[in-house]
Amino acid sequence: MSIRDNASVMSEALDKKEISAVELTNQHYEQIAAVDKDVHAFLYLDKEGALAQAAAVDKKRAAGEKLSPLAGVPLALKDVMTQKGIPTTCGSKILEGWRPPYDSTVVTKLKNAGVIILGKTNMDEFAMGSSTENSAYGPTHNPWDLTRIPGGSGGGSSAALAAFEAPLAIGTDTGGSIRQPAAVTGTVGVKPTYGGVSRYGLVAFSSSLDQAGPCARTVLDTALLHQEIAGYDSKDSTSINQGVPDVVAASKKLDVKGMKIGVVKQLAGDGYQKGVEDKFNEAVAELVKLGAEIVEVSCPNFEYALAAYYLIAPSECSSNLARFDSMRFGLRVGDDGVKSAEEVMNLTRQAGFGREVKRRIILGTYALSSGYYDAYYGSAQKVRTLIKQDFDAAFTKCDVLVSPTAPTTAFKIGEKSNDPLAMYLNDIATIPVNMAGIGGMSLPCGLAAEDNLPVGFQIMSPAMKDDRMYLVGGALEAALLYKWGKPILDFAPKLVGSK
Amino acid sequence: MSLNYDQVIEKYEPTLGLEVHVELSTKSKMFCSCATEFGASPNTQTCPVCLGLPGALPVVNERAIESTILIGLALNCSIAPYSRFARKNYFYPDMPKNFQTSQYDEPICVNGYLDVQIQTDDGDKTFRIEIERVHMEEDTGKSLHVGGSTGRIHGAEYSLLDYNRAGIPLVEIVTKVVPDTGKYAPQVARAYVAALRDILRGLKVSDVKMEQGSLRCDVNLSLAQINSGKLGIRSETKNVNSLRSVERAVIGEVIRQANRLEDGERIIQETRHFLEESGQTRPGRSKEQAEDYRYFPEPDLVPVVPDAKWIEELKKTLPEKPADRRKRLQTTWSVPDKEMAAMVNAELLDTVEETVLLGADPTKARSWWLGEISRIANDRSVMATELISVKDVAQVIALISKGELTDKLARQVVEGVIAGEGSPVDVITKRGLKVVSDVSQLMKAIIDAVTAQAETAQRVREGNIPAAGALIGAVMKATGGQADAAKVRELLLKHLGQ
Repeated sequence: MSIRDNASVMSEALDKKEISAVELTNQHYEQIAAVDKDVHAFLYLDKEGALAQAAAVDKKRAAGEKLSPLAGVPLALKDVMTQKGIPTTCGSKILEGWRPPYDSTVVTKLKNAGVIILGKTNMDEFAMGSSTENSAYGPTHNPWDLTRIPGGSGGGSSAALAAFEAPLAIGTDTGGSIRQPAAVTGTVGVKPTYGGVSRYGLVAFSSSLDQAGPCARTVLDTALLHQEIAGYDSKDSTSINQGVPDVVAASKKLDVKGMKIGVVKQLAGDGYQKGVEDKFNEAVAELVKLGAEIVEVSCPNFEYALAAYYLIAPSECSSNLARFDSMRFGLRVGDDGVKSAEEVMNLTRQAGFGREVKRRIILGTYALSSGYYDAYYGSAQKVRTLIKQDFDAAFTKCDVLVSPTAPTTAFKIGEKSNDPLAMYLNDIATIPVNMAGIGGMSLPCGLAAEDNLPVGFQIMSPAMKDDRMYLVGGALEAALLYKWGKPILDFAPKLVGSK
Repeated sequence: MSLNYDQVIEKYEPTLGLEVHVELSTKSKMFCSCATEFGASPNTQTCPVCLGLPGALPVVNERAIESTILIGLALNCSIAPYSRFARKNYFYPDMPKNFQTSQYDEPICVNGYLDVQIQTDDGDKTFRIEIERVHMEEDTGKSLHVGGSTGRIHGAEYSLLDYNRAGIPLVEIVTKVVPDTGKYAPQVARAYVAALRDILRGLKVSDVKMEQGSLRCDVNLSLAQINSGKLGIRSETKNVNSLRSVERAVIGEVIRQANRLEDGERIIQETRHFLEESGQTRPGRSKEQAEDYRYFPEPDLVPVVPDAKWIEELKKTLPEKPADRRKRLQTTWSVPDKEMAAMVNAELLDTVEETVLLGADPTKARSWWLGEISRIANDRSVMATELISVKDVAQVIALISKGELTDKLARQVVEGVIAGEGSPVDVITKRGLKVVSDVSQLMKAIIDAVTAQAETAQRVREGNIPAAGALIGAVMKATGGQADAAKVRELLLKHLGQ
């Protein structure tokens, strides 16, 4: 048993009492101590709380209590989910020092399952970004190459997985923030169907697009975590009151014979790195070998997805982020007993929000303004409907859709940080899934020839048919593992100090 | 020289519009399970949701939707098969999320009406007030500005915030413009709010206490020259907190606007505040610099899609309409119009009905509540119902009918109950107010009186019945006023062979 093992392997070892949860947790903290000064995946470590939780799990196991499969397995939590008493910053100065008085539903479920929460991971401020460079607490580095970005906004979670600092992580995905980081770090990430996992306690960026989801190093581990966090929550009105699809069984099935897999014509070509397209095509060929049938589908309205996204998400964020006003929590600037509440609000927001967040608040405020609403927000909503219709039409012809997750492999830190449009284009293949509220997965499909960096393969499944992407993902992963002879992360250079 | 109301109304035609905010009396808030009790210690009825903490999400209170639909049905509205919440965005310290979750272009109830009756120079007249919409929203917290001279935010040293009220369900009822009220605009406005309040009370969806702010009225008013065929620019007088104030606010605004127009000035579209002392209004913020609320559909809530069957069921539970009820009670109790109006205006209809339901004679119940008890209440500037319970009044009336109390004694009993001496029976015991109906005791007093006033007695014997008054008076005096006068009269006349 080593920290490089999968969560499912750790789970078995714990179950057989080959290792205790406390030992396993300590091993991960040792790894974090060794590598996180270089990777900077974590913003906060709750060692005391995690070890207490681990000890409690060990005690229950010793008493012969029936435990959830992931009981005792460590996890890294994106710093956008509230955890009672633990600092939650969303990567922003404006929330510095805030300790939420309540657990998000995802955290409640994790605690109930006995999953050990190691700490909070770095992210682009309020989940706005594709590189984690927008964190107010400094960037996270990609374990494959520390000079490169780990993706974003959930770069802390993906880097923690790739650096073996945690076998499981929670991410959130508004336009690709789970899938794109997974793609560029050689890990697996799933954005479940919108409403599949409760948003209660997920600090909102864009309410109609945000979705929390599981991240891990294998499809099965991701499924095990998915099963724990998914399900209806009466505290989230947009939560879907239906059973969770059996994603664990789907991951283990390894049989895609006769399945129809749609390749989206619009998610290729211009802007896609050659090595990315090559690896994607090779993976599609593997699926054909496994007996799947490939169908080319056209989704003509995907062309407008990015533009519509950058109206809807900023509009909602301009309203969601209004509550950060220094009145009840977080940063307060300029409260000298003379300035008015309004002035203090202004100064706090000026000092507390970073450039990208301000840019999007301004964009959104403008798009919702009287006289512009119909042209901007209104049109964007229409595009959203058209994108849904494109998906609906596509899913009449095939069971899942596939594409590269991101157009390129991990770029250099600083390379795109002054060019927001170039940065936004990173999410061109992931955004349609959020716009339609369906499920999406990214899993590694190889290393791009030109830079030897991981490439992500995206699988999209219809709403509440999340099991389909796990089915295809599990089968493809097994085929690729066989082809490569070892897990993709074993191709990554070893980090200094790493076990 | 400024014009008075009568002069204004000869020249100008007022147009009304009324927006009423009602706090629903649901046990929990609009979007969370916090309690809604009035008067709790500051910030004790709060949670992550109503404090707008990061990550918290709203969930709609089903009871609030039900109450709103009931209001819509009672106001003859159509209930929208699909309606949505929207965010109204603006910054204010007592608004936790810096947006109010409200309804905008897709309200839950639309196109209703309410008929109200007022007395005019030509007798009773009914005005139909058309309802544009009834929608749901959440209340804000409360700011208390400390220091400074005005008690307003400007100039205050600091402010205290209480979020107990944040998230309490509010229903906003908006009328269409109410034209053609002429000089009766103030009465129509008052009658509308009063009728609305009666309906809400009957539905039991709100405690409709204007003085506590659970029913607040914004009065929109504009003036135009008579027969100009135009609408003037309106002002919006906010949070008018009593029926009388509604009437006065309309009068105040009619006079103010007319005199501005007379002076050649224009009316500014603005919100104004009503001043209780003077009956005038002062300017609030001008709507010409009004904020852009950037409404958009609330993405954290799903649309409200009420089941048609459910609406039909709710329709069946609607109570009798207040106007119908009034007609029914008036007929059953045989009350003259004027007295009926007095009872309604004094807001004692419910009380009288409750007293009657406890067995009291309707006429007696009415005369006690509107007479003696109201007189004392007026003297003390309190509500009649705060002085004495319906049960005690019903008991006093019962004792009168049984002959155990005379009207005169009953007044003393009521006075004692109001003074806190206990129940009517307690007061009777303590004060020794029992009617003397013991025949031998009365006969003794009668014989004494007849002896003392022999001449008068003789006249009665000879058929001069009215002369008996003096003898009855003497008997009453002798028994300390506690004798049953009718009984005395009966015994006396019999004794004198009449």
